[in-house]
Amino acid sequence: MSEYLLLLVGTILVNNFVLVQFLGLCPFMGTSKKIETAAGLAVATTFVLTISSVLSYATYALLLKPFHLEYLNTLSFILVIAVTVQFTEMVLHKTSPVLYRVLGIYLPLITTNCIVLGVALLNVRQAHPTFINALLTGVGSGLGFALVLVLFAAMRERIHVADVPKAFRGSAIAMVTAGLMSLSFMGFAGLVKF
Amino acid sequence: MSTFFAIFIAIAAVVLLALLAGGILGFAAEKFKVDSDPIVEQLDALLPQTQCGQCGHPGCRPYAEAIANGEAINHCVPGGQDTINKIADLLGVEPLPLDSEYGVEAEVKKVAYIREEDCIGCTKCIQACPVDAILGAAKHTHTVIVSECTGCDLCVEPCPVDCIDMIPLPVTRQTWHWQAPQGVGSTPVRSAKLIPTQQIG
Amino acid sequence: MNYANWEMFGGIHPPEHKQESTATAIQQAGLPERLIIPMLQHIGEEAKPIVSIGEKVLKGQKIGEVRAFVAAPIHASTSGTVIDIGFYPVDHPSEMNALCVVITPDGRDEWAAHTGLRDYHFAKPQTLLAMIREAGIAGMGGAGFPTGSKLTLKDAIQVDTIVVNAMECEPYITADDMLMRERATDIIEGANIVKYLLNAQRVIVGVEDNKPQAIQAMTIASQHQSHIEVLATKTKYPSGAARQTVYILTGREVPAEGRTTDVGVFCLNVGTAAAIYRAIVHGEPSLSRITTVTGLGVKQPANYEVRIGTPARHVLQLAVADFQRINRLIVGGPMMGYTLPDADIPVVKTTNCLIAATAKDFPPPAPEMACIRCGDCASVCPVLLLPQQLLWFSKAEEFDKAKQHHLDDCIECGACAYVCPSNIPLVQYYRYAKGSIAELTAEAEKAERARERFEHRKLRIEQEEAEKEARRIAKAEETAARAAAKTTESTSTTAVVDSKALTIAAALARSSLKKAEKRLLVAQASEENTDDLVAEIERLKIAVSHAEAALQLAQSITSPSSEKT
Repeated sequence: MSEYLLLLVGTILVNNFVLVQFLGLCPFMGTSKKIETAAGLAVATTFVLTISSVLSYATYALLLKPFHLEYLNTLSFILVIAVTVQFTEMVLHKTSPVLYRVLGIYLPLITTNCIVLGVALLNVRQAHPTFINALLTGVGSGLGFALVLVLFAAMRERIHVADVPKAFRGSAIAMVTAGLMSLSFMGFAGLVKF
Repeated sequence: MSTFFAIFIAIAAVVLLALLAGGILGFAAEKFKVDSDPIVEQLDALLPQTQCGQCGHPGCRPYAEAIANGEAINHCVPGGQDTINKIADLLGVEPLPLDSEYGVEAEVKKVAYIREEDCIGCTKCIQACPVDAILGAAKHTHTVIVSECTGCDLCVEPCPVDCIDMIPLPVTRQTWHWQAPQGVGSTPVRSAKLIPTQQIG
Repeated sequence: MNYANWEMFGGIHPPEHKQESTATAIQQAGLPERLIIPMLQHIGEEAKPIVSIGEKVLKGQKIGEVRAFVAAPIHASTSGTVIDIGFYPVDHPSEMNALCVVITPDGRDEWAAHTGLRDYHFAKPQTLLAMIREAGIAGMGGAGFPTGSKLTLKDAIQVDTIVVNAMECEPYITADDMLMRERATDIIEGANIVKYLLNAQRVIVGVEDNKPQAIQAMTIASQHQSHIEVLATKTKYPSGAARQTVYILTGREVPAEGRTTDVGVFCLNVGTAAAIYRAIVHGEPSLSRITTVTGLGVKQPANYEVRIGTPARHVLQLAVADFQRINRLIVGGPMMGYTLPDADIPVVKTTNCLIAATAKDFPPPAPEMACIRCGDCASVCPVLLLPQQLLWFSKAEEFDKAKQHHLDDCIECGACAYVCPSNIPLVQYYRYAKGSIAELTAEAEKAERARERFEHRKLRIEQEEAEKEARRIAKAEETAARAAAKTTESTSTTAVVDSKALTIAAALARSSLKKAEKRLLVAQASEENTDDLVAEIERLKIAVSHAEAALQLAQSITSPSSEKT
């Protein structure tokens, strides 16, 4: 039980995929201008991460491993992820057309979000990959991404109305902020002893 | 032989995956079909509803539909930069400056005023008004209902005796409000002065 | 002194400047040369003048009538003649003119007939309400809400406590202080009337502890009335704001979207209470108020009982003002008041103070600097808001965010701006934001109405078109039916008519050809350019030949027989 909790804490905070492992930076910078957009994308990505993590593990365990087709990992995972993202897009288009319109190009770009493929591949590179581990890694990475995305969006909204020096306005101050956030997250390093 | 088998297995696995994928997506495409686009409603809600036609469309809703189909968002003159910014916000795109081809944003809002002593009662302006803000009948004096007039200008042309003026909307004690301070480096204004306006009646 | 049990959040302690104007008793301001009485002196509907120019009026006579629920009528402050009804400068931050009735006093100060109630306990609450409304009483603390409307509560609301707001927390103002010292019994009676009217249980009088004489006066006036309690509170600005006062005296927090009556408290200014007393017991409408005249620009700062409509100049002269030194004339206090553009603006029911300020009183404000995010503003806000965030949102015009941060609950007290080390005029930003939000909401509503009207008009036009179409089809069918019925009649009649018309047409064509040929001859004789005429003659010849051909055709149809086909 406690190892699952450790796994979650590790994925969400200690080894946060965005600020510590520096994956998934494109949507991180691109959709964090408004909290509503950021929250929407965060939920969508978490959903995709969980599902694709589980499905890609299933593909690996049920199809690829028994037939010694591990070399098809990357290819199959990409396929699984693409399907999951398409599915999510359709669901979102139906349930929240505004969010769909607002997220725009960033929704299909979840496919190319390095976190998603990263988690899928990470799962199967473990010494003893299990289904629960895969599931929890998927959920944890999604939550970690969501946490950081919403925090960053909140900060960017405040920065947007603040008195930023002209040279720093826009992406520059956003990058500086992200760097400082990353430093603070590195402080979690001693939290869990693996 | 085994390489052939291995290749066959690999292809079979990928094909199986692809079929599964296709099946899921096909099912989803049917189940989550979207017929209309409510974004048009939201765009229409942001437009100022003057129905003036300056954007080239016969009313605000057709322009909202055009934007949903990709037309540029900076064609609405009465809405001005404020409306463009709001539309940009809704669609998640960068706001553009108002396209000067379509007109220049007015400094002060105007409403139509009919000089009743010159009115001949021809009803041409009544027919032109897109929001029915002119009261009158044939051979009777016409008058503009000021609270409903959107300032779209469409009544001025048809009038054969040119008795319609566009005058700035008078500021009343109810519509007056404080001006914003000028920002860093300025001192607060001693008293709030208004833009001078004409008073109707 | 008994102190209240609760303390206000936040607040500031600006220098009080109250001693200057409490040295003498309340003076009478007397009658000025003319009274300029605005028709709108409070929140609500503007009164309509019911007198005409030249009419003689008596003191207390109604001169402005109202019909709306939130409204108070206007009365003549003295007897005299109405010399004008027009637009004059009034005290409003917009500096717009407003409708006023101008009266020249005749010096006799003759009352109109009026009676009060000997014992109001025998009157029904509705009667008392009507009397208060008719007397034109409005909140005299500064907000000016018509008291008759304020006292008309919805059925579900039950009030158990009347709070008499005698805090007068703003610096410079001492009108309520002096009123309490001199007319404490009037105030207590007024509060009792309201208690009776609203069926409340108790009355709490709240006074800041910088007014010991007033506290004593009020205590003595209420000493044998156990339902009245006089409580002192720690002097702090802005403890006189209604919600803050209610909290300090009763510990009840008024909800943001609600009023004090939602927590069972009715809040009343001392001046209003005294006016209610005079209206009910003596039948006198609201005709005057106590106004503090102070500042370094007057040599004898004091409190004056001023008739409504007295120009500020009159009172300033009584206080021996030095108009050369006066740099700003402020109505209200230094925190929430605003500058008047000139001294001829009349005193109204809400004018509690006139500060004749010199440059020494209020030196010119320092320029605004950038916000350093120190947070001092948040620690003094009595409503527990975040002024810094409201500043950022107001500056960036992100009005939704400002509303989310409770911009509507800001009471504009100015405590935040007072402590700001960067001299940022915070309250101006919030007023601008509130005004913009109101404007945008109004515009959105108007746009919605315009859209509805447009849709209706489209619908109406479509319906008209459809009706026209239907009628056209019906008519066409009818004509066809009639035509079919009529073919039994002689086709020849129509043919005859036709051929008659054609004969005439042919004749006309021939005559115009002849005329053109004659003109040609004349032109040729005088050697003018004949090209146009030649072309015209050609055209006419063709026209003639067409007409004759048509005629022959018609005749050939009709001539053989008159049989029908």
